[in-house]
Amino acid sequence: MLHQFEQNGYNIALDSASGAVHVLSPLAASVLREMASLPLPPSKQPLEGYSEEKAECWDDLYSLYEDGTLFSDDIDTENASYASGLIKSMCLHVSHDCNMRCRYCFAGTGDFHRGRQLMDLETGKRAIDFLLKESGPIKNLELDFFGGEPLLNFGVVKELVRYGREKEAPLGKNIRFTITTNGALLDDDSIAFINEHMSNAVLSVDGRREVNDRNRPFEDGSGSYDTIIPKFRQLVRDRTADWYVRGTYTRDNLDFAEDVLSLNDEGFDQISVEPVVLPEDNPMALREEDLPVIEAEYERLAKAMIERYREGRPFTFFHFMIDLDAGPCVYKRLKGCGCGAEYVAVTPGGDIYPCHQFVEYPEYKMGNVNEGKVDRTIQRNFMRCAISKNSECKRCWAKYFCGGGCPANNYAFSRDIEKPYKLGCDIERKRVECALMIKAAEAEIDEERESS
Amino acid sequence: MKNVKTLNKSTYAKKSLNAGCGECQASCQSACKTSCTVANQKCEKKNKK
Repeated sequence: MLHQFEQNGYNIALDSASGAVHVLSPLAASVLREMASLPLPPSKQPLEGYSEEKAECWDDLYSLYEDGTLFSDDIDTENASYASGLIKSMCLHVSHDCNMRCRYCFAGTGDFHRGRQLMDLETGKRAIDFLLKESGPIKNLELDFFGGEPLLNFGVVKELVRYGREKEAPLGKNIRFTITTNGALLDDDSIAFINEHMSNAVLSVDGRREVNDRNRPFEDGSGSYDTIIPKFRQLVRDRTADWYVRGTYTRDNLDFAEDVLSLNDEGFDQISVEPVVLPEDNPMALREEDLPVIEAEYERLAKAMIERYREGRPFTFFHFMIDLDAGPCVYKRLKGCGCGAEYVAVTPGGDIYPCHQFVEYPEYKMGNVNEGKVDRTIQRNFMRCAISKNSECKRCWAKYFCGGGCPANNYAFSRDIEKPYKLGCDIERKRVECALMIKAAEAEIDEERESS
Repeated sequence: MKNVKTLNKSTYAKKSLNAGCGECQASCQSACKTSCTVANQKCEKKNKK
């Protein structure tokens, strides 16, 4: 499948099946459009009446076809194995309580609409036991301390890291602990512990001070920005493992590129800012009619990132990160996020759900870690979520970049985990286009540098 | 080629179609938690090299 587009002066052709990305001259782009409008395979001979220059473009494009990087056959995924049924990744809700009152919180200000609750140590240990057992022969496991706000239960977090380390060794496992925190309770001790033991730290902040403080106030309504930014700076300064500052944009700040750039101006160079997911009747929810503005904003952000790259101060934006040469294998690309199949969330009471966003849906409870069993019927339903089995995903040029989207988003909007959430798909396609354009621009800048 | 510059020659490792080892990170755990992208994920086998 061919996807051809122009952005920021770059003519780009993506051969979806192979993953090859070609940057074309304007003339080659127009010749490719003609070639693509004719029956495949393309003829070796250029079309009659072509000028010498156009014939040269045709020859170049035909050689890409011969190389298998243009009009290549889609991958035969019919017989691919999609999921093993092994659970290797866990979102551990150590706290269904929070010290912030974020206006868009999908977790109902932290308690997931279930009442405020902290996980006790024994339940946490049973969750780790469950993960170790259900992961079978898989060595590398992940456990994300999540909430609510996990630092409200940091004593249990520390004990569970010790327990995990003690239990993993005899089994030859490697648990990668991570944490997602709003930062309010960070202090020297917790920063040191996180930097020693957590392989990734996701630090929640929404960007500009005024946006953050409007959307992420403390319980008393006061802004959180000036409290968290110095703590995040301290954590990042002392850190060697992965980290991200991660924000959310809503209908209130569709100029979210300013928030990304503001975070970069604050000294953070690993940034993720994500679209909010809220019911359509929520005034902060993104709407279909916002799409042109959102798409333009991603393009504006992409151009600003290119400028900073040119100036020698690059930064990464999570959803523009694409590794064209060494990305994940096809198996990974087919199965997407792994929600409910290889990834589960566990509540403070030990209940198991397909992921953190399904916790609000009782119909998706998969069991309890204290019972040590998991509902395989629900798990099998999620194992079926693969782009090769989904008629809408099958037709999408971005499928091998996206992996099939988010089943929780799908369910929230259609009550069907396999029906793609259209606005999310449109946004993802735009992000992939921007990411490819950035690659083209960076390659050009690198060439200029080498030749100067 | 004068008119075309290819940024990569990736083929998504066709030959490994049934060889996903399952050792890599669940993509939602990385920095996302609300939406999905797999193309930015690292291959655990390539990391070892």
